[in-house]
Amino acid sequence: MTTQKAGSVVFENIRKNYGAVTVIPDLSFTIEPGTLVTLLGPSGCGKTTTLRMLAGLEHPSAGRVFIGGKDVTMLPANERDVSMVFQSYALFPHMNSLDNVAYGLEASGLSRKEAREKAEDGLSLVGLAGMGHRLPAELSGGQQQRVAVARALVLEPQVLLLDEPLSNLDARLRRKVRTDIRELQQRLGFTAVYVTHDQDEALAVSDRIIVMKEGRIAQAGAPRELYEMPASSFIADFMGEANVIACEVIDVAGGEARVRIGKLEQRVPARNARPGAASLAVRPGSITVAEGQGTGLAGRVLHSAYLGGHVEYEMETEVGTLFIVDHAVDRTLPAGADATLGFKTRGIALIEH
Amino acid sequence: MTRPNRRLDIVLVLGVAALMLLPWYRIEGGFFGFGWLGGFPLSPEAAPGLVQIVTHGRFWLAGVVLFLLAAGMARGMADPMRRGAMLAWAGGLGLLFLCLQGLSIGFTGWTWTVSENLFGPLADGQPSMGAGAVLSAVVFVLVFSFGLAERGVMKGDAFVVSAIALLVFLVAVFVFYPVGSMFVGAVQDFDGSFNPDGFIRNMQDPGIWSLDCVVGGARCGVAWRTLWLGIVTGLSSTLLGLAFALVATRTRFPCKKALRLLTILPIITPPFVIGLALILLFGRAGFVTQAVASLFGVEPGRWLYGLTGIWISQVLSFTPVAFLVLIGVVEGVSPSMEEASQTLRADRWRTFVKVSLPLMKPGLANAFLIGFIESMADFGNPLVLGGSHGVLSTEIFFAVVGSQNDPSRAAVLAMVLLAFTLSAFLAQRLWLSGRNFSTVTGKGDNGVHAALPRWLSTGLYAVVVPWIAFTLVVYGMILFGGFMKTWGLDNSLTLDHYVKAFSVNLSGGTVWTGVAWNSFWTTMEIALIAAPLTAAVGLLTAYLIVRQKFAGRNVFEFALMMSFAIPGTVIGVSYIMAFNLPPLEMTGTALILIACFVFRNMPVGVRGGVAAMSQLDKSLDEASLTLGAGSFRTVRRIILPLLRPAITAALVYSFVRAITSISAVIFLVSAEYNMATAYIVGLVENGEYGVAIAYSSMLIVVMLVVISGFQFLVGERRLRRDNRLAGAPRTLSPEQERTA
Repeated sequence: MTTQKAGSVVFENIRKNYGAVTVIPDLSFTIEPGTLVTLLGPSGCGKTTTLRMLAGLEHPSAGRVFIGGKDVTMLPANERDVSMVFQSYALFPHMNSLDNVAYGLEASGLSRKEAREKAEDGLSLVGLAGMGHRLPAELSGGQQQRVAVARALVLEPQVLLLDEPLSNLDARLRRKVRTDIRELQQRLGFTAVYVTHDQDEALAVSDRIIVMKEGRIAQAGAPRELYEMPASSFIADFMGEANVIACEVIDVAGGEARVRIGKLEQRVPARNARPGAASLAVRPGSITVAEGQGTGLAGRVLHSAYLGGHVEYEMETEVGTLFIVDHAVDRTLPAGADATLGFKTRGIALIEH
Repeated sequence: MTRPNRRLDIVLVLGVAALMLLPWYRIEGGFFGFGWLGGFPLSPEAAPGLVQIVTHGRFWLAGVVLFLLAAGMARGMADPMRRGAMLAWAGGLGLLFLCLQGLSIGFTGWTWTVSENLFGPLADGQPSMGAGAVLSAVVFVLVFSFGLAERGVMKGDAFVVSAIALLVFLVAVFVFYPVGSMFVGAVQDFDGSFNPDGFIRNMQDPGIWSLDCVVGGARCGVAWRTLWLGIVTGLSSTLLGLAFALVATRTRFPCKKALRLLTILPIITPPFVIGLALILLFGRAGFVTQAVASLFGVEPGRWLYGLTGIWISQVLSFTPVAFLVLIGVVEGVSPSMEEASQTLRADRWRTFVKVSLPLMKPGLANAFLIGFIESMADFGNPLVLGGSHGVLSTEIFFAVVGSQNDPSRAAVLAMVLLAFTLSAFLAQRLWLSGRNFSTVTGKGDNGVHAALPRWLSTGLYAVVVPWIAFTLVVYGMILFGGFMKTWGLDNSLTLDHYVKAFSVNLSGGTVWTGVAWNSFWTTMEIALIAAPLTAAVGLLTAYLIVRQKFAGRNVFEFALMMSFAIPGTVIGVSYIMAFNLPPLEMTGTALILIACFVFRNMPVGVRGGVAAMSQLDKSLDEASLTLGAGSFRTVRRIILPLLRPAITAALVYSFVRAITSISAVIFLVSAEYNMATAYIVGLVENGEYGVAIAYSSMLIVVMLVVISGFQFLVGERRLRRDNRLAGAPRTLSPEQERTA
């Protein structure tokens, strides 16, 4: 259980249609061995279909799939060197947890005794040593989830697939399990493909995130890159809330662009911007709030709400209504009050207009 | 790539074995007698395929070798797509060739004049296909499927592709080929040449189509009479079934549980038994007839023999079926709809007429169509009660076995019958599907069904209670009748009939001396062989329909379920027409009975399996697949264990159906393999009512024991499982302690 043979994954011009409906028009990406990559997107974006094509549960209508450098496009699921953790866990209800974990080992030709020994190891790996005799129905949700992970991991697959593995857990458990999964993946060094629609989860566990929209890749990159440098208003909005503000690029020099927002001037990373009209994605926490009128963007409070750790404002400005998260909680501006707004250096990005 | 090669190797070895180690043609004395081993491998009867080609002049079999060689060559090909294509072509064309040569070359040479003109006459013909030929056919089907699987069909799953191909092949051979040959037989002469005279003559026969009774003439043709009977029976059993269903669900009737027991009666009752009991009650020498005659001095009439009698017996037989269908429909109407109606100030009657009844309409139509089809297909009751006023199913029988011996008339009548039942079936499938208002949802639907108006429930009692009493009397007659010396003449009690049927001589080893034992054991043996096969084929089909998406899945399902709508008599006639001559000769064997049961009862297994499997989460199968288990292992280790209750139900049902069915069986039995039902009908025809009724009641008792035995086993299994699942300290309830 200590060494995993991590494999790469390559999707090459994959197309998938169901009858006349095209779910995925043309998808290509590469996943490096030993990394955890998340497929993120709203429901219906094709992320689960992509995962199932990787598992061999669906076959692409065109294009090729490689796992560990080998063309597996035509191979059925049981002949691929991947294993999968299902959203519903899909534990076999008539087998106890040990038999569940040993199932794949026996299917791959191990003797019953060997399979059980390895399955015991697998259960202790996820902290369930000694629970092998229990039926799935006798385990808590979190334990079931760990059995499902152990069952997939003991096969030492080149790639582990996880289909929304946390969606059936309550919020508190979710944070712990996602840490466990990430820790396990880094310790054993296997390749993992993780599907979720929750951007917090994606940011927390991934080496790399592929955001999908309508069967295409909207943006791919490291978590920080996606959050701080969204390529479009879709990404900006999907990866946590953002205000999208119209602005004008004055000039570009040395990788930085000068932009004008209302009367305010601001420097932001250039990202291929050209002078002219543009849009800015601004995180709610990247706007500074000062009381009264001053130099900066003039705003007037529409609503304010005190939330303990921070204050939320909706403010009317000349560039539109802005949603602001202010961590100065010792004062709350009431509705109707005047404020002067400024921008921090992080959390502001030029996006496609 | 080891897996595809290994399975292909196994199949290719089987193919070679079929050509070299098994007798190619049918062995007259039976394959499993192993008498052929004596003449193997050189005698012309027992020689395997290769020897037949070389020494016995059956050169056309070389085609089979050729296609097998092609498959063998494909094995060495590197490119999987081309290899798959080659395999698929070799398998498909090989199978086609095998079938064509079997159909075109009969005992004495070409069977078709076209081929004789093309290729010149043959010196010698060939007997029917035997073990070698059948195995070759299976090998070709598998090679074909493997080829498709390697090309990525069904996600490259060889098990699934093979299963679909084999099922399609089997259904083609055992359902469509016989029905097809019946159609062909209708326009053929005895020597096989095309001659539509008989067909045309029968099609225009006034005995079938006459409408005289409408214009005041003697009587209508048999087709119209059967149709009329079907409609009346369908209507009456639906109305009665609805009354029963309403009483069982919407009133305070005291013994509702007992009412539900009614529904298992038609399953365990051989179809002619009701008719028999009616004769014992209302026949010329019947109890009631005699009593009425002596009380009022009325001359005993023959009114029972004819459509009236058939109608009464069919309503008795099929009302429980309608009840079973309608109880689901009546319960399916969501109580909240009725409660909504009541809060909108509708009274009970208005609620029932304006809300409940319209919601039940599709269900009622469905029950009617089922009653209609059952009535059309019923053979036992008309045979016993029809007298000279037969219906289509009995006319078919007499056209074959009677003095007429007119196969083309039988075929024509069978076509007419088939047209009626298939139209009803089509109506049920196409028109009713998508019109289901059943409002049961996954959500807990709290609420209480509205009670019926008092006068309506009183009226329902007035219908239901006498009918229950009547049913009880009829079944009482069946159980009691076997102890009666001679009907109507000598009503003293006796055990003679049972002794005659079931006596056992224990002196000097057990000797089954009773006349019934022979057919009884044959029935048990064949039912026991057919039941697991039926369940297996049915559940496999259900698995494919529910779990696999493939082109033509709907057609596949439709074709399979359609065999349910083919009346038994039609199946019987078509089987003897198809399986009496090469290429497949099975009449007079146990095999034909088993095949008949498997393909007639399979749709029920399919239905049960589909229902059970729809409740299993699909991700269980997928989890098994991604864990490296093939489809076969998945089915065996995951699906089958979770389907155990459905399997039991399918087993019991097919076992019982094999024992009670008569319509197809009566054509297929032989001296060696006689079935209980056919034997009983023979007794009735000889007027031995006592023994017949004794034997029938024995069958009913045996089936009751079997069913309750199975139900006991299944019930216990679930109980233990629940306890284990709950994981709570086990506390036995007083009842459990008593049974433990």
